[in-house]
Amino acid sequence: MKLAASLHDLHKYYDLGSVVVKALRGVSAEFPKGDFVAIMGSSGSGKSTMLNVLGGLDRATHGDYVLGGHNVAQLGDDDLSRIRNQMIGFIFQSYNLIPQYTALENIEVPLHYRPGYPAIGEAERNRCIDLGEMVGLGDRLDHRPYQLSGGQQQRVAIARALVNDPEIILADEPTGNLDSATEEEIMAILDRLNRQGRTIIMVTHEPEVSMRAKRRIHMKDGLIEREDNATAT
Amino acid sequence: MHLSRLIRTIQLALKSLMLHKLRSGLTMLGIVFGVFSVIAMLAIGEGASQQAQDQVLELGAMNIIIRSIKPPEDTGQSGGGNRSRVLSYGLKWTDFHLLDKTIKTKSKAIPVREIVQEARHLHRSLNVRLVGCTPEYMEVNHLELSQGRFLTDEDQQQLTNYAVIAHETAQELYGIEDPVGSSILVGGASYQIIGVTRPRTASAAVGGSLSGQDYNKDVYVPLETLRSRMKDLVIRVSAGSFSAEEFQLNQITLLIKKREDVIPTSDVVRESLLLDPDHVQKKDFAVVVPLELLKQADQLRWIFNIVLGSIAAISLVVGGIGIMNIMLASVTERTREIGIRRALGARQIDIIQQFLMETVVLSGIGGIVGVLLGLSTPYAFLGIQWFVEAFVLEAGSGDSELARIFSDMKPQIAYWSLPVAFGISVFIGIVSGLYPAFAAAKLDPIEALRHE
Repeated sequence: MKLAASLHDLHKYYDLGSVVVKALRGVSAEFPKGDFVAIMGSSGSGKSTMLNVLGGLDRATHGDYVLGGHNVAQLGDDDLSRIRNQMIGFIFQSYNLIPQYTALENIEVPLHYRPGYPAIGEAERNRCIDLGEMVGLGDRLDHRPYQLSGGQQQRVAIARALVNDPEIILADEPTGNLDSATEEEIMAILDRLNRQGRTIIMVTHEPEVSMRAKRRIHMKDGLIEREDNATAT
Repeated sequence: MHLSRLIRTIQLALKSLMLHKLRSGLTMLGIVFGVFSVIAMLAIGEGASQQAQDQVLELGAMNIIIRSIKPPEDTGQSGGGNRSRVLSYGLKWTDFHLLDKTIKTKSKAIPVREIVQEARHLHRSLNVRLVGCTPEYMEVNHLELSQGRFLTDEDQQQLTNYAVIAHETAQELYGIEDPVGSSILVGGASYQIIGVTRPRTASAAVGGSLSGQDYNKDVYVPLETLRSRMKDLVIRVSAGSFSAEEFQLNQITLLIKKREDVIPTSDVVRESLLLDPDHVQKKDFAVVVPLELLKQADQLRWIFNIVLGSIAAISLVVGGIGIMNIMLASVTERTREIGIRRALGARQIDIIQQFLMETVVLSGIGGIVGVLLGLSTPYAFLGIQWFVEAFVLEAGSGDSELARIFSDMKPQIAYWSLPVAFGISVFIGIVSGLYPAFAAAKLDPIEALRHE
């Protein structure tokens, strides 16, 4: 079993001057390729911090984070940017699209920051269009975010997350702002991506959503409290 | 940086700026006016100094001009009881011969004598400047003839009583009559007119020791003729008092062969003339070196340009502050966008480049518009002149001297100021963009993503 990502005794402390907040206090976890895992926990449990570290947005105080075979725990800012660009696809609760760009341009944004800054060619543009069609946006690619519904915006975000063919997809409450019908559509897309072999790590606090994952990690007070892999059938 | 990436960064910058057209336009306006005022100020300064330079050049850069000056009153002792005393001063023929013989760097030495006299023709009269001169006078003073000929060496030798009169003299005394061939009475002596000069613009006063000269009311006669007729005495009767002055020459002009000899020669001239104790005592001559004046004018021009340019540059700095202000607001406003870009893989340097490019594009376009506006300065100024003359002066502001200076002003674009002003505007764009760009890049991506 090949690992997409793994955490080993990961600690993250925030020094607030008078107190030191220990957000992660020794977390170890393995995410095999093709995994679909939901991270759960109440607010303050450390799940957001874990997601930030997994996403290369934050550095652990100590411990190891191995992503695609590289230990990325202690990389500098520029290297982390590169990791985020090449190995991680983000899907946010609030979509986080750039408002002045069309859907297609939003999908292309990660291409602008590829190492060496190659120009975006015909082939890449077609790939972006294909991705847009794959998430069901075919006729809306020239729309700007304010012209799109929440579900459509999240589809753009999913296409954008896939554009550099990342090692893992990190979804932070991907359906948190959506109604239940749209939630179902988005989850169906994530299911399909996972079946195609994508590794998905999703943070959520909704039990029904978490049941779509293959397994669940429950966090509490900066530690993994328990894991379960019951399926929702 | 690859060209494709550069183009992409510029496109990105344009796109962001186009999002807020009014805001970008107003910000740009600060730079536009800054660049425009730098160019316009320098053009006005350049125009003024060009006029000063032209005046000096008119005197001839290769010339050394030695003028007689009236000594200060106290050395003349022209007290009440001393009115019969003849004031004797100025350059003498001996000075001329001395300079003519000893100064080897000159090609010519030209003596001139001028007296203001009344000229008559029939019943008409006019106060003219009677100039005793040699044939070279015409060339040195850029005179041109409209009729007849100028004086020749033969006229000098034969003491002919020929005269060449200036344009205005001819008009005043002869009207539509053809003056050539008629006679003119100047200071009681009669001369026959052989030529008329064209109108010439008056030369302005230069350097204090050389007053302005109006060449249009002149009568030119051979110096030798004048000398033989008038001797060296000038008698003036004014307001009941009577004064007599004795002097021989008003001016000696030396034409120097090589430019680099001009200034050393002028020192030699001064020293040679001061060998005569009369000159030492009376301080009755002045040496004017147009080349020296030219250098002074050049220095003055630089000071002028620097002062005017700096004043204008302040407005550019104000424009730069405007840019910084807007960019800081823009960074705050687009914190979320910065967070998104960082999460998707933008490095800090990418963010810096993005924001810096926005300010560079902003100030660059502003700079180009400012340069184009600046190019129109002379025409814009003509419009202002017309407006002021038509409405402000018409209303009778009364300050005619100021009005004259104003209408004589002729801005001249200093072409070097175009790239300089543009360069400064881009430089200011970069400087004022640096802080906002770094502030944007330093944002913590997690915080930035959370920003509402």
